[in-house]
Amino acid sequence: MKVLMFGWEFPPHISGGLGTACYGLTKGLAGLKNTDVLFVVPKAFGDEDQSVIQLIGANKIPVAQKEIFFEEAGKKMDYLEVQSEIIPYVNEEEFWNLKKQRMTSNPRFVKTTEGLNIEFSGTYGPNLMEEIKNYALVAEIIAQDRSFDLIHAHDWLAYPAGIAAKNISGKPLVIHVHATDFDRSGGNVNPTVYAIERQGMEMADKIIAVSNFTRQTVIEKYGIAPEKITTVYNAVEPVFGRKKKNLRKGVNEKVVTFLGRITLQKGPEYFVEAAWLVLKKMDNVRFVMAGSGDKMNEMVNRVAHLGMADKFHFTGFLDADDVYQMFRMTDVFVMPSVSEPFGIVPLEAMQADVPVIISNQSGVSEILNHAIKIDFWDTYAMADFIYGLLKYPALSGFLKKSGKKEVGGLTWQQSAQHVRNVYASLLNM
Amino acid sequence: MKSICLFFQVHQPFRHRRYRFFDIGNDHYYYDDYANETILRRVAENSYLPTNKLLLKLVKKTDCKFKVSFSITGVALEQFELYAPEVIKSFQDLAETGCVEFLSETFSHSLASLKDKAIFEQQVKLHDQRIFELFGQKPKVFRNTEMIYSDSIGAQIYQMGYKGMLTEGARHVLGWKSPNFVYVNALNPRLKVLMRNYKLSDDISFRFSNTNWSEYPLTADKFTGWLNKLDPKEEVVNLFLSYESFGERQPKESGIFRFLEHWVQDVAKSKTLKFTTPSEVLNELQPVSVVSVPNPISWADEERDLTAWLGNDMQKEAFEKLYDLRHRMTFCSNDELQKDWNYLQVSDHFYYMSTKFFSNGEVHSYFNPFDSPFEAFINYMNVLSDFKIRLNTVTPENELEQEVAALQKLIDEKEKKIRKMEAELQRFQKPKPRKKPAVKKK
Repeated sequence: MKVLMFGWEFPPHISGGLGTACYGLTKGLAGLKNTDVLFVVPKAFGDEDQSVIQLIGANKIPVAQKEIFFEEAGKKMDYLEVQSEIIPYVNEEEFWNLKKQRMTSNPRFVKTTEGLNIEFSGTYGPNLMEEIKNYALVAEIIAQDRSFDLIHAHDWLAYPAGIAAKNISGKPLVIHVHATDFDRSGGNVNPTVYAIERQGMEMADKIIAVSNFTRQTVIEKYGIAPEKITTVYNAVEPVFGRKKKNLRKGVNEKVVTFLGRITLQKGPEYFVEAAWLVLKKMDNVRFVMAGSGDKMNEMVNRVAHLGMADKFHFTGFLDADDVYQMFRMTDVFVMPSVSEPFGIVPLEAMQADVPVIISNQSGVSEILNHAIKIDFWDTYAMADFIYGLLKYPALSGFLKKSGKKEVGGLTWQQSAQHVRNVYASLLNM
Repeated sequence: MKSICLFFQVHQPFRHRRYRFFDIGNDHYYYDDYANETILRRVAENSYLPTNKLLLKLVKKTDCKFKVSFSITGVALEQFELYAPEVIKSFQDLAETGCVEFLSETFSHSLASLKDKAIFEQQVKLHDQRIFELFGQKPKVFRNTEMIYSDSIGAQIYQMGYKGMLTEGARHVLGWKSPNFVYVNALNPRLKVLMRNYKLSDDISFRFSNTNWSEYPLTADKFTGWLNKLDPKEEVVNLFLSYESFGERQPKESGIFRFLEHWVQDVAKSKTLKFTTPSEVLNELQPVSVVSVPNPISWADEERDLTAWLGNDMQKEAFEKLYDLRHRMTFCSNDELQKDWNYLQVSDHFYYMSTKFFSNGEVHSYFNPFDSPFEAFINYMNVLSDFKIRLNTVTPENELEQEVAALQKLIDEKEKKIRKMEAELQRFQKPKPRKKPAVKKK
């Protein structure tokens, strides 16, 4: 079967877990028989890993003239006029000229480059809403132009694209909920975003949620029928032969790490409070908050206020290599998320032999046994576990060993197989 | 005539409260009184009291044809005294009938038999003393914690003066042999061993109310029928159950009490079956063979081994760290420390740390006060850390430290002496400079 997939980001140009998950899933799907994935992102940079899937950037799609790519090189290329209601315009003058012409149906206008492509930033910038709309327009063209059996859209940014593709092609639509606005906002949802999410969920023929936690949110907050939603857990890419730089800790002290965006959703304040409790009792330990976000200044202030700035460090945003180095220095990893649809980072930590403490309010806690689970608000329990992991080597040793084994069993191939089962149920296979 | 040997285990641990690391060194009370009291009251009312009442009735009704044996752990007895003294009274009523035998075991339901002979013996003695005080019996037969048994434990038990011991009729030990005979210990054939018939025992304690079970519902007729259908040459059927099976694991509504009542009367009337206590079995029946158990067995889980308590690194670590203190505890005469030491050894603490339930759940999570084995481990280690601090104030850590302490004391004394002498020396030297200014002044 051929799957037309819409995402928003793809490694290495990612800002969070969504791109990583999309990459892992498509790679897993590519490993299955009879499954071809055409992955569309708003902006293709050209350096993405295309060894297993075909990736196209919406910014490379000419709106009026469409270039047809063939799977195998050597076949002849052809150009084809696309019958589209979209009328491209390059600048304002041309726009007005076009408007003066008589139009048969109701055309829509969209701004393009000289090559008649639409520009996308592919980020989460100020023109996000406009980009999402334009993305949907291009999706329509791609859908008209390609043959496929099924549409799969990842997260709300790509839902309009998925809907557009469904409307034009009549093929079934699967939407994949990696997060909802309830996770991101802590309850104060943005009505525009909510509307897009809800429309996507209602239009979808099947919904895939990354955890039962998220599935429940979709049922309760968006009023979607439970039987339409399937839970498919994320997994983690195995790490092979990462070169081990000889890294030495500068100090003979234990390191406890928080890694993630410093935002309300991730619960950084609970980590700070727990750190303070631990430091009251223990001396040779340091706390690191890696990442950046809108709550960072507040956290720095709180740390200073508690008088532990000499033991509590902020690193700012870390890239993939730095993250790996950070894990190698870490003795305990904590993810105190207030609302985490899944949470891949603990899995990465476990791969790097780090025992993890995760909140019960995370999707990943549903599948992990060899992780310590707490409620995000229970800073006393959190502190107690941090202390226990640092103080009693038998516990951390056990968690390291069994955790790594457990995480080794979570593969994208399995997740992909579950996703394929969802496809099959839609196509009555 | 086939003997039915019915045995019940009665045990309740002292559960620890959430003992955070902030408490270490600050708060020396480790127990969750609320949980202990509510659980004990609940189990007493659902199980111990009604079952005891029924057993007493049956003993009287059958004119002592119904016989039964118990092993009640010391920690359970202490909890009865605290929260439900009427349970002790009801056991005493049973003891008075003369048809009930009380067996010996470790006071704190501990795993001491696997670690230290001296501590083990001490705990067993303590338990026997309690049983004698309360029920006026000197136990002759031994039942180790969770039916833990091995050749060497058995041999030691004989040396301690017991004639027989109960254990699990584990399949991997017996092989083709039947548990329904009396066996003897491989190292010392004078110790007789009774093997639990786990199939028939678990039919009552685990499967009774399971509606998916092919034999559901289990009736007294059916069960007596099974006993009669056994090979006529087989001599004894050992039904060893956890006492909470009646009324707690199998609730009253499942009909467990009515089953017990009818089945007991059936057997009492039967011409082919009779109830016997373990001591009577050992006196009446001849052993048929040696049973060789080089590695310890227990009655827990499918494996019938020790992995429920000492299966993972955390459990082993906690166990080792606990018994590291054993030599110092022998010199400790502080009553409170001794009491906490007994409660720390309760095997349940290690059971809570088991990670086996990740694969085969239910039973391990039953009665487990902790959400995860990791929490159980940390909590236990925190308690142990505090206990160590207290112990250190009573008896210093080790010989080296004791020596250091003695030497330090010596140095302090010498220094004092030196300072005193220096002061004296100064006094002898002082007069000279004093004189001169005195002269000048004049």
